[in-house]
Amino acid sequence: MTSEREWRGLLFVAPFMLLYALILIFPLLRGLWLSLNQVDLFGDGHFVGAGNYVRLFHDPIFATALLNTFEVTLMIVPPLTAIALALALALNRASRTAALFRGIFFSSAVLSVTIVTLVWRFMLAPDAGLLGYVARIVGAEPLAFLSDEDLVLPALAITTIWWSLGFPMLLFLAGLQQIPEDMYEAAALDKAGRWATFWRITLPSLKRTLVLVVMLQTAAQLQLFGQAQLLTAGGPSGASRTAVLFLFETAFGRWELGYASAAAEVLFLIILAVTLTQYWATGRTTAAQGGR
Amino acid sequence: MASLELKDIGKSFGATAVLEAVDLSVEAREFVAFLGPSGSGKSTLLRIIAGLERADSGEVWLEGRRIDLLPPGDRGVAMVFQHYALYPHMSVRENMAFGLRNARVPKDEIERRVADAARVLEIEPLLERKPAEMSGGQRQRVAIGRALVKEPKLFLLDEPLSNLDAALRLRTRVELAQLKRRVDAAVIMVTHDQAEAMTLADRIVVMNDRRIQQVGPPMEIYSQPANLFVAQFVGSPTMTVADAELVGRGEHAALKLGDGTVIETAVRRDALPPGALRVGLRPEAVRVATAGAGAAEAKAELVERLGERTLVYARLADGEPITAEDDGDSRVAIGDAIALRIDGASAHVFDANGAAYHRSDS
Repeated sequence: MTSEREWRGLLFVAPFMLLYALILIFPLLRGLWLSLNQVDLFGDGHFVGAGNYVRLFHDPIFATALLNTFEVTLMIVPPLTAIALALALALNRASRTAALFRGIFFSSAVLSVTIVTLVWRFMLAPDAGLLGYVARIVGAEPLAFLSDEDLVLPALAITTIWWSLGFPMLLFLAGLQQIPEDMYEAAALDKAGRWATFWRITLPSLKRTLVLVVMLQTAAQLQLFGQAQLLTAGGPSGASRTAVLFLFETAFGRWELGYASAAAEVLFLIILAVTLTQYWATGRTTAAQGGR
Repeated sequence: MASLELKDIGKSFGATAVLEAVDLSVEAREFVAFLGPSGSGKSTLLRIIAGLERADSGEVWLEGRRIDLLPPGDRGVAMVFQHYALYPHMSVRENMAFGLRNARVPKDEIERRVADAARVLEIEPLLERKPAEMSGGQRQRVAIGRALVKEPKLFLLDEPLSNLDAALRLRTRVELAQLKRRVDAAVIMVTHDQAEAMTLADRIVVMNDRRIQQVGPPMEIYSQPANLFVAQFVGSPTMTVADAELVGRGEHAALKLGDGTVIETAVRRDALPPGALRVGLRPEAVRVATAGAGAAEAKAELVERLGERTLVYARLADGEPITAEDDGDSRVAIGDAIALRIDGASAHVFDANGAAYHRSDS
């Protein structure tokens, strides 16, 4: 009776399990297997064990790409989080104007990366771009954002922040809506000024949203690809080559699928480690605060 | 000396007026209850005093200082919210200390006040807990404690007992009464529960329809209601009110009900205006009796046995509903024909505008 029931239950989840195995589990394992082989796009490869990983470890281009990725992630996530929170605070009211601005600030998030990079190429180009134009008006020399090794990552960060602002802002707005109004009234009677209210009431109440935003954005920006590929193709001289761009070039430029798979596994482990660390660190303090 | 004074307070939300021409003066150390149905404006009035709502017109004075233009934190009032509004990420101790810290009270003074309040409210073992780790009753005490440590001139309690279960509500009611004697401040409590208002308050402010209907000590509100609304809102079960006709010639008004029963009231005839009249009878003024002279005939429709007394919901011969009282061991059953003896001396009379007239000697 029981076993029959179990079988029937399995039958119900079977279609999903099949698809799940086919399009998620299988590619995952296949990737892992590929990373242990030397293989190109056209023929069968041969098993090389940890060979790809050893090679990666000694590859200065991969090291630079990883470093670039970390750098640009650090340039993006803190300001992105702060700006999204500031916008949410400013727009968390029931007026028509606030609704309009919520729409405007969210609108960049629905654009495709192609359009975003197109827009920002016009903004950033030193001779014809808006920033160059502004620089000339104030009598300064326009900065060559996309061809200067020191400026290309900040340019990439600015573009990404502009593009990614909408969703975190929406999450913060949802978080703000959850804070009961009488808490602010109690704070007003407790003589809490704006600053104290923000630091002692609003921010602690948003803690879970804050953790979520930082975790999601970190995981997303460690995989930054489209902007780098379209704006600069990783240049100048590799200064904006990110880890995923390295992966893409290796797999689809040089056809080294095994090597690229190994890089993908390394990146996967890094993202997993960073996310779990964040989760662990903040989860502990949240529990200690009695938050649920 | 008057502690709190409200002068001509008016407030509307958009096109809807919620308060009109409200005047009130509360004595120092007085416990006042705002009693009224929902939508009567009582909570809005409380929030105007607290500074959480701004009045469109009028002034609020506390101990000789005009406060209605000050921010809530500078008014010298403390409030206990209906849903407590404790800060969930702060411990009980931090919840109570938060306001004092913002007011730059010295550290040792904060500690002393928090310790005192915790002792009085018996929440000392809870000081390091978070609100999520406490029961409703405990949270309620913390909310009271948070108000207490501020040593305000005025406490505002917004439906303080409405979120507690029945047993806890009775206990907390007693505790509030004791607390009131400890604090050197006036207390205003908003409630829609007349039992709470009657047991706790020195004076009750009955509110309805944007206005104060009556202000007075609980028993005065009960025995001399200012108008039909107060008469029917206060008292359980509700006062019976029936159309009546002025008859006879005596010094006191005699009123004839629709079924012919004549009630000899103690209300002076010359005090009554011309026009339609209604007579109001509390259940205790209508006793189930043995049939005989001066008794009205009625039919019992519902019998409610409360133990120490029995309430009989009946109809007079002309179909007019009337509520009567009988002894605890009453033998009246549903459908019985019964006789009612009406104590005319404690009857109230209302004119066409709802204004009330009471016995002339009180």
